[in-house]
Amino acid sequence: MLRVLRDLLRYDGRFRFAFILLAAVVVMFLLSFVSPDDPNKTFVVAMDAPPSLDHLFGTNSRGQDIFWWLTFAVRNSLIMGVITAVISRVIAIIVGLTAGYQGGWLDRVLMSVNDSFVIMPLLPILILLGFLLRDMMNLFLLGVILGFFGWPYDARLIRSQVLSLKERSFTRTAVYSGTNGFWITINEHLPFVLPVVFATTINNLLWSIGTEVTLSVLGLSDLTTPSLGTALFWANQHGALVAGVWWWIAAPALVAIILFLGLYLFFASINEYIDPRTRLRLIGA
Amino acid sequence: MSAADKLLDVQHVTVEFHIGGLVGGSLLVAVNDVSFSLDMDQPEIFTLAGESGSGKTTLSRLLLRDLEPTRGKVLFEGRDLATVRNRSEFKEFMKKVQPVFQNPFETFSPLRRVDAYLFDTALNFEMAPDHQTAARVVEEALRNVGLSLEEVSNRYPHELSGGQIQRVSVARALISQPKLILADEPVSMVDASLRMEIVNLFRKLRDEQRVSVIYITHDLATAYYISDRIGIMLRGFIIESGPVEDVLDRPLHPYTQLLKESVPEPAPKERESWAKHISLGTTEVKEYSRAGCKFAGRCPHVMEICRVVDPPDVQVERRTVKCYLYTEHAEPAAAGIQP
Amino acid sequence: MALLSVENLSAYYRTEIYGISRTVRAVDGVSFELKPNEIYGVAGESSCGKTTLIKVISGNLKPPLKVNSGSVSYHFGIHAVDMLHISQEELRRDLRWKEISYVMQGSMSVLNPVRKIIRTFEDIVDTHEGIPDKKRFFEQVREHVNRLGLPSEVLTSYPHQLSGGMRQRVAIALATVFHPRLIIADEPTTALDVVVQRGVLQMIKDIQAMSNNTVLLVTHDMAVHANVADRVMIMYAGRIAEEAPTEIIFNAPLHPYTQHLIHSLPMIGERSNKVSLRGAPPNLANPPTGCRFHERCPYVMDICRTEVPELVTVQDGHRVACHLVKENPL
Repeated sequence: MLRVLRDLLRYDGRFRFAFILLAAVVVMFLLSFVSPDDPNKTFVVAMDAPPSLDHLFGTNSRGQDIFWWLTFAVRNSLIMGVITAVISRVIAIIVGLTAGYQGGWLDRVLMSVNDSFVIMPLLPILILLGFLLRDMMNLFLLGVILGFFGWPYDARLIRSQVLSLKERSFTRTAVYSGTNGFWITINEHLPFVLPVVFATTINNLLWSIGTEVTLSVLGLSDLTTPSLGTALFWANQHGALVAGVWWWIAAPALVAIILFLGLYLFFASINEYIDPRTRLRLIGA
Repeated sequence: MSAADKLLDVQHVTVEFHIGGLVGGSLLVAVNDVSFSLDMDQPEIFTLAGESGSGKTTLSRLLLRDLEPTRGKVLFEGRDLATVRNRSEFKEFMKKVQPVFQNPFETFSPLRRVDAYLFDTALNFEMAPDHQTAARVVEEALRNVGLSLEEVSNRYPHELSGGQIQRVSVARALISQPKLILADEPVSMVDASLRMEIVNLFRKLRDEQRVSVIYITHDLATAYYISDRIGIMLRGFIIESGPVEDVLDRPLHPYTQLLKESVPEPAPKERESWAKHISLGTTEVKEYSRAGCKFAGRCPHVMEICRVVDPPDVQVERRTVKCYLYTEHAEPAAAGIQP
Repeated sequence: MALLSVENLSAYYRTEIYGISRTVRAVDGVSFELKPNEIYGVAGESSCGKTTLIKVISGNLKPPLKVNSGSVSYHFGIHAVDMLHISQEELRRDLRWKEISYVMQGSMSVLNPVRKIIRTFEDIVDTHEGIPDKKRFFEQVREHVNRLGLPSEVLTSYPHQLSGGMRQRVAIALATVFHPRLIIADEPTTALDVVVQRGVLQMIKDIQAMSNNTVLLVTHDMAVHANVADRVMIMYAGRIAEEAPTEIIFNAPLHPYTQHLIHSLPMIGERSNKVSLRGAPPNLANPPTGCRFHERCPYVMDICRTEVPELVTVQDGHRVACHLVKENPL
């Protein structure tokens, strides 16, 4: 693992840049644990102070230090994103591998469920759910809900890969070696599918964080928890731009851009690295 | 001979595919009324030879129970394969009939070590109770193909040559101690300098392990070299079958004659006659849908009847030929007569 | 005068990925000549360098393939061309199709799948010479195609309507519209059935006999060389093992590798025992020292392990690279 990191840092410029961006995000994430301020308390510092050495990102109209407040926002947004990604990956892998390999009626059933999810108008449904569950809504629950909506495209992608893997001779070799469907899926197909899983994980993470921002801006998430979305919601509520407190909007936007760009570049370079063809070249094929 | 004496008995098997869309698709008869059988006690190498589109690969999938016949039956050790339904029965069947595939570099996953497949086979077919005993079974199988476990353990496919992988592939097929091995073009992707060792291996299996082999190929030269009997396929039919010396030394069917003549001899002495002009079909679809003998369009001896009704199987000494030239009366009346 | 002289050509693939660099010495010190009016066969197993050799001599050099040393020069009449230093533009405009054309395995890539065959002819001729009169052009192409023994209908067909063999013959017809001096045929019949293969090779022979040009025929199939080629070069692991007129290659081969290749070929009507060589073709990223064949050679000597055998002329037109063979003072 360390060798992979070293190789990528040494030979891939994209990865170096992503590494710096993500390191900044991780530092923010960690700083939340040593924050001098409680993000739920208001009016602990002067209001509406522009960025300065004392207040790196300035302060907001609620008397909070935006930098320290954002450290919590980054932490919460990332945790929620990871929850979504994990849940939706697990569903996507199981559905994709099973539908692809088993075929027949199981495939048809799974794919019709899959397609129902694809054609569902996601945003209205999320708004409806956010409205219905508004009393119990928190970031964890939102992460879980997004996880249950975030798998269908990727399940289809995995299924289509498995369909082509199934036609290759090595799958038939495994069948005539007496291996059952479960182990064929795990040993023969999963290694080829993992790069897709990885690539889509990061995509999914971005989607999850982005959707949270959308819902928060509409006021449909748990507004008491700091997150990248609620940061924008509160700034908007207080008319930050009208009042000239531009840094209240700019700071979360900047952090979001750093996070998104970092994850995207990271995904792009890792993706190339774990591509089976690259892997084959590395093991000397 | 009763069905019980036969290892494999293929009875009038036909496989049809629908090609094209839901409406207006056409019917492709990939295997057409094919029958042959292998003896239980006398292991042999039976070759199915033919060009692309002759139906030989479809037939091999059928024998591996990958496909079901549209009509007809395949009996293995007297049991109709159509009655092999659940997984444990299928496993019993696989234990006795094993495949060897064409492309050595596709036979094993490039991301997996090849010995994993050997151990899988030994454990799945309960040839060994644990990994340690399995190692002995695997070693034994590898020795039969001239390799050792040491040479292949922890190796990825690309670390072995095509010839080596193909031998590993045969070793894997041998682990469950099968009665029949189906080898679909096992040497066509192997380099010339390594090819003969694979081909010789099949002979050795027949003689030492008493395994029957169905060798599927387009290459008549290796077929002549290893097989006991041969069936020549054309557009789904077996048009001539019998002992390989008879069929290839003195082919009777005009198509077999053309095939044999077209194989370039690896010696410059026949250059002139080989360069004699032949006629080729413009499109392939036309021959499939042709009524009567599929070769009628190219046959130098074509008669009226050939274009109308499928020729019957005619017994000529030790072989069977599907051609009107060998019926007693090469007349329309002969159409209905079964020899 | 030779049509093509290749001298001491070495071409390597250099790749570097995450710090691991590899050099595959695909072609290493190869020298040969193509004469006008002959069919020259190149034989060898997979990864012996024959495909790389063709890439270099047809000017198809793309990274990671690089020429390390040597020269490739053509002599088209009075006009000499240095293939290693020609611009892509010149190559495209003056040479491709007109002087050198290329027939490869499976012709689908040269025929446009959604256009009738005649359109592909038009496209190629149009970019090179322009077509002033379409009707007359159609007649010319039809004549050309008929002369090669193909029916006129193929011109108005789509590629998918033709059989594999017919498509390959159309590709050959296309390659010969400008009557090029050199036709490079790379495994032209490999995926084809024997009957069709025979038809396609006959066509290649006919064309050569008609227009007295040169055909460079690359295939791993020795039986094809026996029936088609005038001279044959045997490559092994990036080097020339032997080169001689076809009769000599097949009847009196000197290199142990050639001998094995010829004697291990099964034939209908003959069932004597055939064996394979031990070992496998070497990995060209890390080729053996000395003679690259020594690990597999039945007659290996000490000198073979350390010294690279030179390609020596033993007889007029017969060259061998083997320590067993001493140079014959002519």
